[in-house]
Amino acid sequence: MTTPVRQFDAVIVGAGGAGMRASLQLAAAGLNVAVLSKVFPTRSHTVAAQGGIGASLGNMSEDNWLWHMYDTIKGSDWLGDQDAIEYMCRMAPKVVYELEHFGMPFDRNADGTIYQRPFGGHSANFGEKPVQRACAAADRTGHALLHTLYQQNVRARTQFFVEWMALDLVRDADGDVLGVVALDMETGDVSVLQAKTTIFATGGAGRIFAASTNAFINTGDGLGMTARAGIPLEDMEFWQFHPTGVYGAGVLITEGVRGEGGILLNCNGERFMERYAPNLKDLASRDVVSRSMDQEIKEGRGCGPNKDHVMLKLDHLGPEVINKRLPSIREIAIKFANVDPIKEPIPVVPTIHYMMGGIPTNIHGQVVAPSASSSGGDPNAVVEGFFAVGECACVSVHGANRLGTNSLLDLIVFGRAAGDFIVAQNLPARAHKPLPKDAADRALARLAHIDAANGGESVAQVGADLRLAMQSHCGVFRNAVLLGEGVAKVMEIAERAKHVTITDKSRTFNTARVEAFELDNLVETAKATIVSAAAREESRGAQARSDFPLRDDVQWLKHTLWYSDGNRLDYKPVNLKPLSVDAFPPKSRTY
Amino acid sequence: MKFSIYRYDPEQDAKPYMKAYEVALDPHDRMLLDALIRLKAVDDTLSFRRSCREGVCGSDAMNINGKNGLACITNLRELAQPVVLKPLPGLPVIRDLIVDMSQFFKQYHSIKPYLVNDTPPPQKERLQSPADREELDGLYECILCACCSTACPSFWWNPDKFVGPAGLLQAYRFIADSRDLATNERLDNLNDPYRLFRCHSIMNCVDVCPKSLNPTRAIGKIKDILVRRAV
Repeated sequence: MTTPVRQFDAVIVGAGGAGMRASLQLAAAGLNVAVLSKVFPTRSHTVAAQGGIGASLGNMSEDNWLWHMYDTIKGSDWLGDQDAIEYMCRMAPKVVYELEHFGMPFDRNADGTIYQRPFGGHSANFGEKPVQRACAAADRTGHALLHTLYQQNVRARTQFFVEWMALDLVRDADGDVLGVVALDMETGDVSVLQAKTTIFATGGAGRIFAASTNAFINTGDGLGMTARAGIPLEDMEFWQFHPTGVYGAGVLITEGVRGEGGILLNCNGERFMERYAPNLKDLASRDVVSRSMDQEIKEGRGCGPNKDHVMLKLDHLGPEVINKRLPSIREIAIKFANVDPIKEPIPVVPTIHYMMGGIPTNIHGQVVAPSASSSGGDPNAVVEGFFAVGECACVSVHGANRLGTNSLLDLIVFGRAAGDFIVAQNLPARAHKPLPKDAADRALARLAHIDAANGGESVAQVGADLRLAMQSHCGVFRNAVLLGEGVAKVMEIAERAKHVTITDKSRTFNTARVEAFELDNLVETAKATIVSAAAREESRGAQARSDFPLRDDVQWLKHTLWYSDGNRLDYKPVNLKPLSVDAFPPKSRTY
Repeated sequence: MKFSIYRYDPEQDAKPYMKAYEVALDPHDRMLLDALIRLKAVDDTLSFRRSCREGVCGSDAMNINGKNGLACITNLRELAQPVVLKPLPGLPVIRDLIVDMSQFFKQYHSIKPYLVNDTPPPQKERLQSPADREELDGLYECILCACCSTACPSFWWNPDKFVGPAGLLQAYRFIADSRDLATNERLDNLNDPYRLFRCHSIMNCVDVCPKSLNPTRAIGKIKDILVRRAV
């Protein structure tokens, strides 16, 4: 039986903020574009973003993109590429105004402009004082953004393939990407979606950890497909712990709570961030706040009977501010923590939230990988026909630690940039490259393997063990022993994952099969993460090594590249050269 | 904890049936979705949608002990046993708790759910007063979970002709937006015995909305505007 082939100018995998911002550019330009999503577009995880999107609009007080750029570079602990960061921060006001023109329901100031709130690590005048840069729609900014983008795509008549899961990339002998093999979840049918350009916007992979703010769908599908196709993943050791996940539940409590004036307290009722970050206090960068919380808990000043969390106090903001600016936070706290924050503090712990690394790209969203030539090859050679945008990509604007509100900005800036770059290529005038004969073979073999397997372990069991291993061995503080054991465990689990069995053999909406495919992607992502983390012998941003407590710019001011084949590591330089302004050379990082 | 869950796989089952389940909960299991994940770890054929697990994506809407709601924000301790779980009523079942939502989204799309303002945009944002922005509160927060429309008898009877509470709530969201310039076209599009006026204010929608929104009130406002426009 031959696999059906459908042809498009562009195929986008993922319908979150980045995918739908890209699709809007392409559909508006009249390209034949297909957008695949495992879930209905408005259910993508962008919907869960709360606090805001960063842009130096200056609506509240003076601000400019250069300050935003400095904050982002400092937040990244100098691992971010300064060309990409300049591009993002300069574009920010324009893309936020566009979202407003699309109908996004931002909160407003008395003068009718967009309301902006303070956020972690955002400052005026190069670190001097906090600035209000986070453009907000209450504490539902991601929801407002995602629905607005979906609505505009409805208007542009974008073609969505809802509840389709991409299984593998199609690459030809030249290494060019020619589309994806995908599963229609409702029918169980597999097709080749052939494309002149393939864009991954598959989001994050927080589900490699046991405690995560991420949705169930965040399984690193784009990373798995990319790694299996022989393309490296960049800076995968850098995972952000959000300081405020609801204790026990993991659900996100926005940094906007602290932006509006909320504070963190230890069991003595002390505002401990004053000790760790005297200037920005509770609004220091997320890695700094998460480490401080962990330190308080380690030193016995955690709250509750097990002294294993801290408290987020916001009752002093008053019911009016809470109900107007943080209504969903109140709802979450009542539902998931049994506390009404108008009266009581919310118990919180640092919780896995965001992947700084991903598929390496340039500022156009083109995927780049070192060229084959073993000596002196271009570390940023373009993989033809392949783009990645949003959390699954590493462009790299977040470096070793992302600033709050820069994730939504990243989606919109680079989704749009990739769209524009692709439109300029005039794809409709170009012919499709011929598909290799074995285009669908790998995906079909994986499907056949899953359907035929029996007697093995369940997907749920192997997945749970993977998440537990990552949680125990790749947490806030890391060291060589912990990581070494973790690598061994993850590799053993990766072996077990090859033999999982599902009992559901139906073709109709077989979610067990989807979860088995997702497990493969989780395994690739976890391997990339822990192998990269074990190799990096320094502390930078979100990678905190207790055995290497300092940043080491001589040895480690470089990007990690991990290849699935043989768990091989390579490195490439950080781009410290902005597009138009002077570089911000590395210096010590305090808040 | 005991459950009775609607099962139907069109490839194997001549007709749907209810299956009894029992599962030991962990003290950390708080919401119905936690129990469903636990059940699925034992029986991976049990099929349902889920994603954000915090009530914001709208994936896991289902009929829970006779009332529509989201599994991820329904507290297990508040449920009578056995917990009876069925797919959302009134839509074709694809499998188990998974329904075909095409009709629901078709109605949503029919109200032109996007801001229409074809005047050239300013360099910066279009200004909107806080009071005008507040008109959107209680409207834009909809998560398209379909709890409301599939609890509405008018939608059950005329899913192809009646827009339903979710679609009408969004229709009003754009009518109410001071930046939108298509109010007349939007009203024309709804001024129809079925599309709008099949709403008989039964208010099931209000009763089930997991985000505490009030489609009936929004529908009432559209009717008011239509009346005022006519005189």
